[in-house]
Amino acid sequence: MGTHEPAFDVVGTRPLRPDGVEKVTGSAKFGADLTAPGMLVGKILRSSHAHARIRSIDTSKAEALPGVKAVITCKNFDKAKISPAKQNILCNIMAQEKALYDGHAVAAVAAISNQIARKALRLIEVDYEVLAHVTDVEEAMRPSAPVIQDDMFTVGVTPQPTQASNIAKRSEFGHGDVEKGFSQADVIIERQFKTAATHQGYIEPHACLANVTQDGQGELWCCTQGHFMVREVCAELIGMDISKLRVTASEIGGGFGGKTTVFIEPVALVLSREAGRPVKIVMSRDEVFRASGPTSSTSMRVKIGAKNDGIFTACEAELKYQGGAFADSPVQLGAMSAFACYNLENVKTVGYDVATNRPKNVAYRAPGAPMAAYAVESVVAEIADRLGIDQLELRLKNAAREGTKSSYGPVFKRMGLVETLQAAKVHDHYSAPLGPNQGRGVASGFWFNFGGQTCVSLNINVDGTIAIAVGTPDIGGSRASMCLMAAEELGIAYDNVRTIIADTSSLGYNDVTDGSRATFASGLAIINAARDAKAKLCARAAKTWDIPAEAVIWENGCAKPAGANAGNFAPLSLAEIAANAEKTGGPIAGHFEVNAGGAGVSFATHIVDAEVDRETGFVKILRYTVAQDAGKAVHPSYVEGQFQGGAVQGIGWAINEEYIYGEDGKLQNPGFLDYRIPVASDLPMIDTVIVEVPNPGHPYGVRGVGETSIVPPLAAISNAVSAAAGVRLTELPMSPPRVLKALEDSPDR
Amino acid sequence: MTQTHVSTIVNGDAVEFLCETDETLLDVLRDRLTLTGSKEGCGSGDCGACSILLDNRLVCSCLVLGVEAQDREIETIEGMASGDELHPLQRKFIEHAALQCGICTPGFLIAAKALLAQNPDPTETEVRYWLAGNLCRCTGYDKIITAVIDAAAEMRGNV
Repeated sequence: MGTHEPAFDVVGTRPLRPDGVEKVTGSAKFGADLTAPGMLVGKILRSSHAHARIRSIDTSKAEALPGVKAVITCKNFDKAKISPAKQNILCNIMAQEKALYDGHAVAAVAAISNQIARKALRLIEVDYEVLAHVTDVEEAMRPSAPVIQDDMFTVGVTPQPTQASNIAKRSEFGHGDVEKGFSQADVIIERQFKTAATHQGYIEPHACLANVTQDGQGELWCCTQGHFMVREVCAELIGMDISKLRVTASEIGGGFGGKTTVFIEPVALVLSREAGRPVKIVMSRDEVFRASGPTSSTSMRVKIGAKNDGIFTACEAELKYQGGAFADSPVQLGAMSAFACYNLENVKTVGYDVATNRPKNVAYRAPGAPMAAYAVESVVAEIADRLGIDQLELRLKNAAREGTKSSYGPVFKRMGLVETLQAAKVHDHYSAPLGPNQGRGVASGFWFNFGGQTCVSLNINVDGTIAIAVGTPDIGGSRASMCLMAAEELGIAYDNVRTIIADTSSLGYNDVTDGSRATFASGLAIINAARDAKAKLCARAAKTWDIPAEAVIWENGCAKPAGANAGNFAPLSLAEIAANAEKTGGPIAGHFEVNAGGAGVSFATHIVDAEVDRETGFVKILRYTVAQDAGKAVHPSYVEGQFQGGAVQGIGWAINEEYIYGEDGKLQNPGFLDYRIPVASDLPMIDTVIVEVPNPGHPYGVRGVGETSIVPPLAAISNAVSAAAGVRLTELPMSPPRVLKALEDSPDR
Repeated sequence: MTQTHVSTIVNGDAVEFLCETDETLLDVLRDRLTLTGSKEGCGSGDCGACSILLDNRLVCSCLVLGVEAQDREIETIEGMASGDELHPLQRKFIEHAALQCGICTPGFLIAAKALLAQNPDPTETEVRYWLAGNLCRCTGYDKIITAVIDAAAEMRGNV
């Protein structure tokens, strides 16, 4: 790597995480773990119809049940006062005129016990007029399909249609002339692909505890990736000033994008306001699957042309993603990222965002990118095989680099795709022998990364320890990284720094923890807050010494005179200055607020070996290696953890996980038994190579690492399975029946 | 509704509680005894986040009724450390970064403890199959497996 990288003292080491003991002793408080005096149990009634007009809801019997303290429906929300941007959120958390999917909330109760709340739900009478439904993306796009939203007129086509349809938007990206590019190609491969919808699968169901008091003030405790977002959305949905609602983020039991919106929180607040008592709502796993989460199922076409030497002449993709009842698919991000790994003269991607009678899509780790990469990297693998060029060599020949005009527009700054390809090439995994019915696949992947609005406080305690307040919930050990960066910048011991996640009344606004932004953006803000604190510490030392502040520098955790001319004073440590703070001007704190740009793009290359059982179609993952650019790994263990976790979610997506809808439009597998996420015995160890190509947009070179790791696996595994099976697989998941069918249909059989 | 009186032992202490006959032991532990370290991830015995030891046997407490705890001995995650000293498994989980969000961690620790009680020197494959009833969505299991194998070695005295 480069020769001018900064040297670090503690960044890059692997200390114990500061919240470790709480998490291994069971004392950490997650969403469902808080109670309040007089607390009621909230429960939600959900539609069992995929699509139905709600003629009426009779709640009188439920209200009359002893122990029931509140019953609410959409009538308890003032739809007319809610901004257009939040109308869909309102319609999703409580159905209005229509139930739009199996699991859509239609009413809610608060009662003194679980038993009574459940009984009350059964007493609510909903009169439904069942409507025709559609859950498949291709079917939903047909002119004959039942229209889900009466006011959905396709955006992005001219002229804009005057007839409503399920196609919310068409988006297009690219440059050059693909037709010209294909005419120059020696080989062209075009394929159709399908992927099933998958759920983020966090182990902690959504949970919250709301308390609205008689003076109209609200408090909310919930598991979320962004409590400031929760505050602002809930305040608007329930008609409350933002200042009157204080939201505290609990520990969060996984999110992966799925906890970047609200579901139960506004409902609990309204129930609490109606009942005048605290209300806790905890989703069941069935509710999590039916009413939260999932990402798109897709239908995709990819076409790539190349010269005989392997150089791509044109790349084209058409992506159709269904985004649930409100068409919230991440297809645009899929279209932008599809060919981001390549340096292309001619590239075009078109995306369609489509509504179906399924739950409202929510972000899932690198939203939209894994599916597009699956289709693209599958065709890239076929091109390599057709031309007899090594898989990694072909990718290196076409790889995007610093200065490449990306397929979605911007010119790439310093980036590490080539380095991940080279790391994969020299890894002994890539040249290890394979047995019969085994195949090896590789794939590369890209994610944008994000910075965003960030605010932190860094307080110097009188004993010289540091208390940091951040607004980005810690989903995977980010507190440790925050402490490391503060310790590095201040020149003090890691153990002297503690980081908390502050509530919404204690800190300025922070965007949701998404886009792999926590370590990048909160880290950047902490480094700058520490620099702010250091300037103040130097000023206090200057005051003590009675010399100008400019004559003091910070070095190795101490204030020192800048040179001989500044005076001859013994260095003052941070602890010494802190102890004297009362006499030199009072408390010392550093602050930083920013809307951070410069997140720095991220790339990875994965290698996987798979074995196919030709009798059953069962796929076994034998070996897996991830090489990813982290910019700078602040805490390498947790960086490896992100690589491993993303790869394994990708393994689940590739071979097992799938939302299965019946003809009746009902979800048939809303539980972990039938929606099978990978378990320990399915997997090998996941080997990792941390590549470090510093991000010029961060003081320490950090890039977000959380999302990129789920982009290559679908393709890498499909390439491995296809190699093992001797036939190209084009549909996910590669469950045993599908693999068996592909084997049976194979001409070589 | 008539509640049932239950006498049991939880983490070495004699405990009495009243519960509904259809109430799960997990709900009793969490809602009546304020032991919220055991988590409900699914309520159907598929995720293992509510794992406890019932008379030294590993069970999902969401599949046990509260009334079944009568005259039994229960160990939960809250009973795993001895005073201020963590169990070697707890220490190794932190050292190996075997948790990210931490919601599944109590269940994994209890399940791993049950494994090592009957097999102090498990192979990687044995650890993987024993822990197949515990779901983790963050880590990909890699560091969990490493932590359990390392803790087992330490507990056998092979440091």
